[in-house]
Amino acid sequence: MATQSQSQFFSQLKRYYSFYTGGFIAFVIIVAILEQMGVPNKVLGYIFLAATVLLYAGIGVMSRTADVSEYYVAGRRVPALFNGMATGADWMSAASFIGMAGTLYLSGYDGLAFVLGWTGGYCLVALLLAPYLRKFGQFTIPDFLGARYGGNIPRSIGVFAAILCSFTYVIAQIYGVGLITSRFTGLEFSIGVFVGLGGILVCSFLGGMRAVTWTQVAQYIILIVAYMIPVVWLSVKHTGNPVPQVAYGYVLEKVTAREQVLNDPTTPEGAKEAEVRAIFKTRQEAAEGKLKALEAGGAAYLAEEKGKLEKAAADLKAKPDADPAAVAAADKAVTDYPADAATAKKAWTAAAAGAKAKTAPIAAHAEPFAGKDQAAIDKKRKNFLALVLCLMVGTAALPHILMRYYTTPSVKEARKSVFWSLFFIFLLYFTAPALAVLAKFDVYTLLVGSSFSELPSWVASWAAVDKSLMSVTDINKDGIVQLAEITIGGDLIVLATPEIAGLPYVITGLVAAGGLAAALSTADGLLLTIANALSHDVYYKMINPHAATTRRIAISKGLLLVVALLAAYVTSLKPGDILFLVGAAFSLAASGFFPALALGVFWKRANKWGAIVGMSAGLGTCMYYMYMTYPFFGVNAPLWWDINPISAGIFGMPVGILGVIVGSMLTAAPSKEVQDMVDHVRYPSLENDINTKAA
Amino acid sequence: MQLTEKHKEYWQKNLRMTGFLLVIWFVVTFVIAYFARDLQSITIIGFPLSFYMGAQGSLAIYVAIIWYYAHYMNKLDQEYGVHEGDD
Repeated sequence: MATQSQSQFFSQLKRYYSFYTGGFIAFVIIVAILEQMGVPNKVLGYIFLAATVLLYAGIGVMSRTADVSEYYVAGRRVPALFNGMATGADWMSAASFIGMAGTLYLSGYDGLAFVLGWTGGYCLVALLLAPYLRKFGQFTIPDFLGARYGGNIPRSIGVFAAILCSFTYVIAQIYGVGLITSRFTGLEFSIGVFVGLGGILVCSFLGGMRAVTWTQVAQYIILIVAYMIPVVWLSVKHTGNPVPQVAYGYVLEKVTAREQVLNDPTTPEGAKEAEVRAIFKTRQEAAEGKLKALEAGGAAYLAEEKGKLEKAAADLKAKPDADPAAVAAADKAVTDYPADAATAKKAWTAAAAGAKAKTAPIAAHAEPFAGKDQAAIDKKRKNFLALVLCLMVGTAALPHILMRYYTTPSVKEARKSVFWSLFFIFLLYFTAPALAVLAKFDVYTLLVGSSFSELPSWVASWAAVDKSLMSVTDINKDGIVQLAEITIGGDLIVLATPEIAGLPYVITGLVAAGGLAAALSTADGLLLTIANALSHDVYYKMINPHAATTRRIAISKGLLLVVALLAAYVTSLKPGDILFLVGAAFSLAASGFFPALALGVFWKRANKWGAIVGMSAGLGTCMYYMYMTYPFFGVNAPLWWDINPISAGIFGMPVGILGVIVGSMLTAAPSKEVQDMVDHVRYPSLENDINTKAA
Repeated sequence: MQLTEKHKEYWQKNLRMTGFLLVIWFVVTFVIAYFARDLQSITIIGFPLSFYMGAQGSLAIYVAIIWYYAHYMNKLDQEYGVHEGDD
């Protein structure tokens, strides 16, 4: 392979992936034919799951390697275009693929913080890090910290930070894998997790970065095709224009007009909406009243209320002509009654909050930072800006992404590769807001106002699968659906789009395969980052620098297995909210890595102590704030300047930067060798250059 | 390893371009989002301007920034003789 030139390699890759794409489309067509022949949906789901996981495993087997450079950095010959696709798949996780459009559907403009943050961060990658890391040319991000700042302490902090943010992030991915496989095949959640994990492992286990790279390119192609088809279809259905990104401005205007009608109680539909909201208001007050009584009366109140219900049930049964349905309902009320004060409090608090959420008028989709007064508006704006900054800086500091720029053949290719990365990511991210608006239009115009006896079929089928994703209840008993009677979970938007657009089930299977590709590709990159940090940085660089290459790779593979199983175990405990886990990973990376990485390139005076102080203080501040304010940990301290815990990085980052500066200024300037190394990374090529390249 | 004046000039030019592009990045992200409520009344192909920028405009500018930087720096490398060998 060494004799093959880069351009031959490039055209060969283009040929392979063109064949592959054609083959994939042919596969989808075959499945579509099977569907027409009457093969049941569940079998189609299995076919998609099995075919794609086998495909990824196959690429893994074909790319197996025992060469260190191939294993860690894919031989450093991945062309810019393909590295861009691989980065795109590495980057776009289950949260982007499935969650993003839903978040935008539910929160309108305010949800755009994720779109902006997850794309704009690449400007920082391109301008501040990627070309310099490529010139440095080793294997991991802690490698750079170790060489730039010297000694094992900065490297160790780097390893700790890399593992912390990657592990947090990988749990969210594995959760996504379990969710998708269980939903589309009917396998149990935990089995779904292990099937997906098997695919990940065969791939990265055999071929390391090389296999992961070529699998990620394949996964990108699947996920982008799967995302685009239903949106284009939906766009044609509602606007006649096959370019949803252009067409939905017009749809957004209609959605906005519709929001005004539904919010206006003088119109017939608006009056119905107001009626339903009023019912929710009464329910909220009832639940709050019970909570207050519980506060005052405690267990005695509970016993008394339960007694009343039991008596009512007994009275009913005593009647000779009692309606059996009413008797059953009365019995159910007795058995469902909370057994103790704690459960009662929890149930009624949830009931009050659930009803309260339904009492507010419809939020305008395109309105930024909607709030009842200036203080509420300012608070939302502040959190929006803070979240965007955390996501952006976190993007420029997540090791599994930065690591990808080690794999290009040159600095020049690394710069181009960041462009391709963002381009491929952009394709999905500027489509998601279009999808959200198109789906909203469908719900606001076709579902609202339809009759309960003739619900669209996708509503009925999703409501049957999962109540938290889709449920409609006739609150005011008028037989007509009002918007306030619909509950939609964010993940529904992407999952149900094919059915909303009236496409056959094969497209639903394709979307599931796309979501699976997104989750698996990100999990692959993350697991590899963790295993490499442990095997390369801890074992090889710190414990046994004389280890033979075969041993290093064997250790890396062993660790990969252990980390993957550990991650799957933690996932099976279902910890917390996915979006928070993802956000936390970004805040942690932004606080822990970014200051030391960027200043390491742009400020020669930064030294070992600066890095140690900056990284630990930044990371420490970020973790402290999350621990104190995120409800999961149970401390619930007051927020600082109203900033939500997901944006904890907003405090960690400045502390980190300040730490690097103060720590460096208080101690001696770094040695001549280190300063030469900084010059070395700043210029793509120098005469009499030093060499930091590994393998 | 001794850097010549020419090398220093290369780095200065790089810093200037990096700074310039970061300013654009900052404006299209944070300044526009800060004034989002004030920009709502302006419409562009059916979108309120603030929504359009958040959903498409700023993203396209990010892509352009990165493309331009790669193009500019790859040329600058040649000009200052710090480019890598072929392949």
